[in-house]
Amino acid sequence: MIYDLTDEQQSIIDISREIGEKKIKPIRMEYDEEEKFPWSIVEELRKADIFGVYIHPNYGGLGGGGFELVLAVEELSRFCGGIALCLAASALGTFPILLYGTPAQKKRWLPDLASGKKLGAFCITEPEAGSDATATKATAKKDGDYYILNGTKTFCSNGEAAEIYSLFFSTNPARGARGITCFVVEKGTKGFGFGKKETKMGIRASSTYELTFDNCRVHKDNLIGGEGKGLFVAQATFDCSRPGVASQALGIAQGAFDEVLAYGRIRRQFGQNILSFQSSQHMIADMATAIEAGRALLYSVTKAMDKDLLAAVEASEKSGAFVADELRKGSAKRWTKESAMVKLYCAEMAMKVTTDCVQLAGGIGYMRDFPIEKYMRDAKITQIYEGTSQIQRNEIGMTITKELAKK
Amino acid sequence: MSNEQSILSIPISPETHKDVWVYAEVRHDNLIPTVFELLFLGKKLAADLNEKLCAVIIGKNVSQHAQTLIDHGADKVYAIEHDHLEQFVDETYAKLLTDLLLKEKPNKLLLPASTIGRSFGSRVAVQANTGITADATELSINKEKGGLLNATRPSFGGTLMATILCVRGHRPETATVRPMTFPRATPEPGRKGDVVKVPVDLSGFKPRERHIRFEPEVSQEIDISQATIIISGGYGVGGANGFNALHDLAKTLGGAVGASRRAVDSGWISYRHQIGLTGRVVRPKLYIAAGISGQIQHLAGMNSAETIVCINKDPEAPLMKLATLSVQGDLFEILPAINKELQKCGFGAK
Amino acid sequence: MHILTCIKQTPATDNVQIDAVTGTLKREGMAAAINPFDEYAIEEAVRIKERVGGDTKVSCLTMGPPQAEEALRDAIARGADAGFHVCGREFAGADTWATSYALFKAIEKISKEVSPVDLVICGKQTNDGDTGHIGPGLAAWLTWPNVAYVRKVEDIKSNGTGQGGTIVVHRLMEDGIDVLEMDLPAVIAVIKEINEPRVPSLKGKMAGKKAVIPRWDAAALNISLDHVGLKGSPTIVSKSFRPSMKTGGTRIEGNSPEEKARKLVEKLKELKVI
Repeated sequence: MIYDLTDEQQSIIDISREIGEKKIKPIRMEYDEEEKFPWSIVEELRKADIFGVYIHPNYGGLGGGGFELVLAVEELSRFCGGIALCLAASALGTFPILLYGTPAQKKRWLPDLASGKKLGAFCITEPEAGSDATATKATAKKDGDYYILNGTKTFCSNGEAAEIYSLFFSTNPARGARGITCFVVEKGTKGFGFGKKETKMGIRASSTYELTFDNCRVHKDNLIGGEGKGLFVAQATFDCSRPGVASQALGIAQGAFDEVLAYGRIRRQFGQNILSFQSSQHMIADMATAIEAGRALLYSVTKAMDKDLLAAVEASEKSGAFVADELRKGSAKRWTKESAMVKLYCAEMAMKVTTDCVQLAGGIGYMRDFPIEKYMRDAKITQIYEGTSQIQRNEIGMTITKELAKK
Repeated sequence: MSNEQSILSIPISPETHKDVWVYAEVRHDNLIPTVFELLFLGKKLAADLNEKLCAVIIGKNVSQHAQTLIDHGADKVYAIEHDHLEQFVDETYAKLLTDLLLKEKPNKLLLPASTIGRSFGSRVAVQANTGITADATELSINKEKGGLLNATRPSFGGTLMATILCVRGHRPETATVRPMTFPRATPEPGRKGDVVKVPVDLSGFKPRERHIRFEPEVSQEIDISQATIIISGGYGVGGANGFNALHDLAKTLGGAVGASRRAVDSGWISYRHQIGLTGRVVRPKLYIAAGISGQIQHLAGMNSAETIVCINKDPEAPLMKLATLSVQGDLFEILPAINKELQKCGFGAK
Repeated sequence: MHILTCIKQTPATDNVQIDAVTGTLKREGMAAAINPFDEYAIEEAVRIKERVGGDTKVSCLTMGPPQAEEALRDAIARGADAGFHVCGREFAGADTWATSYALFKAIEKISKEVSPVDLVICGKQTNDGDTGHIGPGLAAWLTWPNVAYVRKVEDIKSNGTGQGGTIVVHRLMEDGIDVLEMDLPAVIAVIKEINEPRVPSLKGKMAGKKAVIPRWDAAALNISLDHVGLKGSPTIVSKSFRPSMKTGGTRIEGNSPEEKARKLVEKLKELKVI
């Protein structure tokens, strides 16, 4: 398929593929087995300018949008969805600053995030607040120019590895959802610690940590988007970041498909190549079609979103207003429904495709000596994080109902 | 006259060139084994041409080797000897050999395709304004074309063989010859030959290249380029410890340990052991490949081995099909079993 | 200082096709890339630049058909600053003598018109020709010292572009390492062990796409047509052929590793290889 890419976009794909092929492929099994954070790949991505593809040139980025990010994540995920997450999770931590950062905040954090000198992370989840973020228990209590943070956050991707964390605390428990506020907390801040490192089914090269806050003092300059605006920040972030998860899912599906075809080409049973059986051909046809459908949906949605996003980013650079406010000022609609659709479709597709790839490869597919089973383990998370597939369906359904009510 | 002009003005006059020369490489006071292979080959070429076989030797106290070279077939030995020549330095060695070639006008020049021979042969060829073939594996005299040297060599990693001819009269026709390709000349002790001590005057020569030190390879293992038996491991070996089974067998057989690129890239064994396109090219009598699938890049480094044994779990691995003898199975079971079997037959006993 | 790497665009595939009529490699329609050994040369040049700093620049030089320009753009993407292309029908069929001569003339021109070259870095060999002749051959034309099979650049001191300096290198030998020092300017040819080449950067890729690459034919280099291409080469390929590959070996069967081992050892004794 030809997706009408610019030179820059094609270069992002070429470079990411080369990093995948030459640097990720040889180490992915070891990193998965030993649950090692992929610092060597972070270094490659830094040198290749990949961390800044979606960040404005004023902060050292390439000046692209979500589409550029999606292209890089997809290509890296073809080789390892866990390793690719170092980039996607950093972007997830960056979006709150990008969308709701003041000029001073953007100048403070975006350059290091764009160069990859520092990684970002995002965490809203708590033991008691998973899909229901309104149940946030961690608190931020105002104390002069400071806030005092207390509580626990769980399942933080890039945890411990990242330097810049976008986190959500309740500044006013009485107000529930409207009392949640977003803060940027830097690694090394007194009272901010790391708890348990999670062991996972898949994406094992990514680090997932519990974050602990014990009378951790942060300055009010670290507050993002205003007190009580946390859920707006989170929602706007998810609109931008869910296509990133979708691209991870898409890359995982494509990578598993590439592997199974490579294996299928040489595997013979009953005197013939296994790919020549009609039952195999039908599976292959279904997988290829689903992958391409996911790609078409993902690319068209992110390209459309970028039209608004890039204009708002440009306007914000001039006006100094939040990008999120510039987005609302324009003709832009909210992208919640479409970004949920992209994530839902690609995640479900990736789970189905990777499961079928294991099936097609038979015993070999199930063995940990071969990479196919790993794709299946890695795919599963895409149906869960940044909103489960069920939550995505809720978002889509609710938006449609609201749209109907307006008619 | 500029260097460029002086090279271009070296006359092309094949009729004035005679004899087959062999560069007798000395490394740390010893003739390298390939020299004897070159003498075997050179003798045959010289006989076909009805010309003499000469050896040229460069270094410090190297004339001590002159009689050995004569014993092994050289009719004449040119010794370029000087205290400053103890170590091989491209610039100096190339200058001295070029001067001698231009003066003595040999017809053919063979060098070992060793690190030294390949590096310095190509510099000499340009300085002497002649053509060179790299890493030849088949050499013969082309009688239809007035005695030209047919030098055949693998290119494109061994997937293509090319026969090179020096058709425009440039002399000496030069070739580096792949080690272990030809048998070694058998000595005739006390054979007669001439020894010419070439006067060396380095007084006006200010070398810009200096040998500082030599760091010997610490391991006592046999170097793969000179080994007649190689046990080689690939990705299937699984880790640095996995190579122990290969070292054990190598010890019993008196062989060397080789490795595929993937094993080296994974950090299990050093680059020195790498065989293949990006490593070294070997031609042992026996090559035992364990856990190597046989990518084309690896085959390029070993497919001219006389006998290839392949041990692999996967019966469909390319090398399993190419091998003289193939064994399907787990290398960690098969290799120790072979080792035991050999020890039963008395191999490895001191 | 000014570092120049000599690179070649070669077929990126191992599945070479041979023209049945001419016996030469079919290059049309074949995917091409920078010769893998030259990637180490480019990387080492860029690393020296990063190490030495100042106004050090890395140039890349290639000889080849018009499409070889892509290899130069790729080299710029991988950190080189400029590319120069020796290109013309008259160069076709050059052997290593004629190739090193043409590259030498181009280096002379670059030294004169851009800035004097202090160090030339070549890959160990190309993956299509496998000769390893170009580095030492260039040194012969340039009358510079040279070392091939370099596995490490231990030290490099430059006195500024074209002003001399020294380089200390490690050469991989069959029996260990030779450490050599050379006065600059000099030529080295590097092996795989020297580094791990980087992937291009996005900014590099964009610079590569935009770079203006001079293209020089024999006339531009002031080379007589008697000394270029097939006509100017001392050697020719008189024929090429595919080597006969060994196939159809014997599979050693057995019910246990021990039985297989015994049968294998018997066979090896029969073949008189042990």
